[in-house]
Amino acid sequence: MALKNIYDVVVVGSGPGGVAAAIEAKKNGADDVLIIERDYELGGILVQCIHNGFGLELLKEDLPGPAYAQHFIEEMLSLGVEALLNTMVLDITPNRHLFVSSKEHGYVEIEARAIVLAMGCRERTRPQIRIPGMRPNGVFTAGTAQRWVNVEGYMPAKDVVILGSGDIGMIMARRLTFEGAKVERVLEIQSYLSGLSRNLVQCLQDYNIPLQLNHTVKRIMGKNRVEAVEAVQVDEKWNFIPGTEEIIPCDTLLLSVGLIPENELSRKAGVKLDPITGGPYVDETFQTNVPGIFAAGNVVHVYDLVDWVSEAGFEAGKRAAQYAISLRNAEARYIPLKAGKNVRYVVPHKLDKSSLAQEDIRLQMRVTRPIEQPVWIEVHDGENLITRKAEKYVRPGEMVTVVLKTKNYSDVSKANSLTIDINPR
Amino acid sequence: MAEEVNLICTACPQGCTLTAVIENGEVIEVRGYNCKKGIDYGVAEMTNPRRMVATTVKVKNGFHPLLPVYTERPVPKPLITQILDEIRKVEVTAPVKMKSVIVENVLGTGVNVLASRDMPAKQ
Repeated sequence: MALKNIYDVVVVGSGPGGVAAAIEAKKNGADDVLIIERDYELGGILVQCIHNGFGLELLKEDLPGPAYAQHFIEEMLSLGVEALLNTMVLDITPNRHLFVSSKEHGYVEIEARAIVLAMGCRERTRPQIRIPGMRPNGVFTAGTAQRWVNVEGYMPAKDVVILGSGDIGMIMARRLTFEGAKVERVLEIQSYLSGLSRNLVQCLQDYNIPLQLNHTVKRIMGKNRVEAVEAVQVDEKWNFIPGTEEIIPCDTLLLSVGLIPENELSRKAGVKLDPITGGPYVDETFQTNVPGIFAAGNVVHVYDLVDWVSEAGFEAGKRAAQYAISLRNAEARYIPLKAGKNVRYVVPHKLDKSSLAQEDIRLQMRVTRPIEQPVWIEVHDGENLITRKAEKYVRPGEMVTVVLKTKNYSDVSKANSLTIDINPR
Repeated sequence: MAEEVNLICTACPQGCTLTAVIENGEVIEVRGYNCKKGIDYGVAEMTNPRRMVATTVKVKNGFHPLLPVYTERPVPKPLITQILDEIRKVEVTAPVKMKSVIVENVLGTGVNVLASRDMPAKQ
């Protein structure tokens, strides 16, 4: 695929938010839409979310994640959106230039009239919640384990404790049970469940996996591999309650302790972030503080439902297309003024064609060399002469002026550029 | 004597808290629902609980080593472990199209197991 230098809309990330944005951008009149994905296939995190429950609101169907993703990817590709895989966006500037790198295209600069940020989230990891103890193998985020078990075909655990009652953690409790592991329990530091109630029922209670609220991990034990974790009850301020410690033998600790919107690129583009969500400040069109840069999905705030992520993507993509089209129309109103034969430069350098309908426009220039005989100052569009003016001579030291009249508007309105030549009469 | 059982509806992500009222082994009333699915869930959960099942099967020559699969409808909850054992026996060869039948009428439940996505062959 040959890359263009400029796109109407560039979408960063091909999860549900990004794919939805690309679809609506195209449907709302954006000509060239490019979606950039760092992985080797489209779909984002849905590829590994093989459980059901996706699409109940938008598609009225109970689908697994990969099927939900494929539904919208097929629609997006059939609309003619260009997809760039195995490609990393390294930098985005506030004036919407993207610097990307890939094996296929090398290091490339791409200009976008509008950008939709759809980078999603990353999982919080062990260092971010500071669990004391040894640092053995066997401490994974729930999403990492999900990728191994569901996509890559590795089984990373036999005997599991899960910290955090987020949805991914509960879903992995059931998934690992299906694959033969024993899930000892789920510990939650808060006094309430952090995921959906339906997952408590269908992922934990169905398989008799105990959930302990107001509990956390005090210490990880094991030299090479996790051998046990020390669980402890906490008070309402999350202080350990002495005497409630319990050693739970296990070989794996899964962490399901929250998601953080991934906004390194947003920051580079000058996008302001909300310290509470970790995502960009956006208006009702999902536009950030940087004009023409929009954001949609979990990169803005963490959603419960993929259907709602798609809806956010639809809105952001539509608004991005509208922004790009208004920019494109503004660009089309302007035509350049070119210095032609014996002209060194012309001011103005470009003109708004529509303003000629209102009033005359004065063009001023200097010549390259003296011509000591009568000359024509000719303004043409490459084929047709639009106006001309006679001078007795021209000299570089003396500025030359020619005026475009409002009566020239109908000719100029058809032109893509204007050139000024100075020829002997 | 009527007995009341509290349930959480899993029909959709709202997770409504339901109360099923049971008399002589029959559900005579479901309370707390916000849509018709809640009534059906409350009755089914007390009489014939069912669940969707999603897992993976091995793929020969696939773009990935595993193909995700799912039951096209919910299956009886007590059969889940046996259904997983049945599905685990299957190995398919890429390419596979999304929603193609991977296991027909799994364990005589009348429910097919379908591919959750296209699985292209290894490039």
